[in-house]
Amino acid sequence: MATTTTDAASHAAEAASAPGMPQLDFSNWGNQIFWLLITLVVIYFVLSRIALPRIAAVLAERQGTITNDIAAAEELKAKAVEAEEAYNQALADARVEAQKIAAEAKAEIQADLDVAIQKADAEISAKAAESEKAIAEIRAGALESIKDVADATANEVVAALGGKADAAAVTKAVADRMKG
Amino acid sequence: MASEAHGAESGGLEFHPMDQFIIKPLFGGDTINWYTPTNVTLWMALAVVAVIALMVVGTRRRAVVPSRSQSIGELAYGFVYKMVEDVAGKDAIKFFPYIMTLFMFIVFANFLGLIPMSFTTTSHFGVTVVLALLVFLTVTVVGFVKNGMGFLGLFWVSSAPLALRPILAIIELISYFVRPVSHSIRLAGNVMAGHAVIKVFAGFAAIAVVSPVSVVAITAMYGLEVLVAFIQAYVFTILTCVYLKDALHPSH
Repeated sequence: MATTTTDAASHAAEAASAPGMPQLDFSNWGNQIFWLLITLVVIYFVLSRIALPRIAAVLAERQGTITNDIAAAEELKAKAVEAEEAYNQALADARVEAQKIAAEAKAEIQADLDVAIQKADAEISAKAAESEKAIAEIRAGALESIKDVADATANEVVAALGGKADAAAVTKAVADRMKG
Repeated sequence: MASEAHGAESGGLEFHPMDQFIIKPLFGGDTINWYTPTNVTLWMALAVVAVIALMVVGTRRRAVVPSRSQSIGELAYGFVYKMVEDVAGKDAIKFFPYIMTLFMFIVFANFLGLIPMSFTTTSHFGVTVVLALLVFLTVTVVGFVKNGMGFLGLFWVSSAPLALRPILAIIELISYFVRPVSHSIRLAGNVMAGHAVIKVFAGFAAIAVVSPVSVVAITAMYGLEVLVAFIQAYVFTILTCVYLKDALHPSH
């Protein structure tokens, strides 16, 4: 190591003013080199023992966290897709069920309706038959009345013409006429 | 340099651009022994403190989501790590702490040197020559340990015509031994020149008319120096990686 003990005085005088280039003053290189080596060793140990492993660990941990998070996100996404599919399936099922129920209800109503219509039809035909019977009775009643009237009228006509009317014969004649 | 201009005859202008590089003992006295604490010691110690503050204190929380200082520490780590990996190759990763040490020291020494009135340790050839020689010796030793005599293949350009190879070998050999010279002078020269120029501009500020120009020039120069401080640290580191690649894979 170079020391400056020999030319210390001249060097100090030189340093007081501006020397050409302090860099080329080789007398204090030893001092610089000594402190530089200490500095480098200290920085090297601080970095290699503490700082660099720590930063490497942090970076690795971050990378791991990011990878895990992405995996978790993908898993959740898959779950969401699955849930959507399940929802759609449920929706389709419900629709089918609803259609089935609607069809059933329709069929039931149709059956009820058919029964009711049949019943109504039967009632209507019963009523119609009754009415026909009544009409027939009335018609029969009317014929009877006409026969009576015709009888009576024939008797009166015979009497008025001066004949002696045989009631039974007149009645028979009227009945024959009416049949024809 | 401008030291001739200093004196009464230059009309009040005083230039001491190189005074900022003078090495002084910290606690008085004139003798500088190899162990004497000097301003070199002080500013190197501050560089160590800065490195510890950024890389150890800044990352103390080991947060997955980093704080600002931890981000910068991680950025520096990633920057150098990627440089070593890309330039020197995967098998150079075991030299990463060593290269990181060089980078952190140079970058902090350069930036601390930009503080006004500070002392720039990397402006001294004594410092940069040691840094460059450390790289040179490491690379040479690693080259021979890894490849044995095959490391000499670095100088034997097998892709050139046979007649040219001896000449090329001499050129390669010279360029190999010039490496530490250029490696060290590039760093110290850039840093020293910038600081000296700033001082010269500062000297002109004594003339009232010129002083605004001087201030603007200092400001611009300072901005440039901020760039240079980082770029020179980067250049030194990447050249180290390049040399290391030569040592690990000497074939052209």
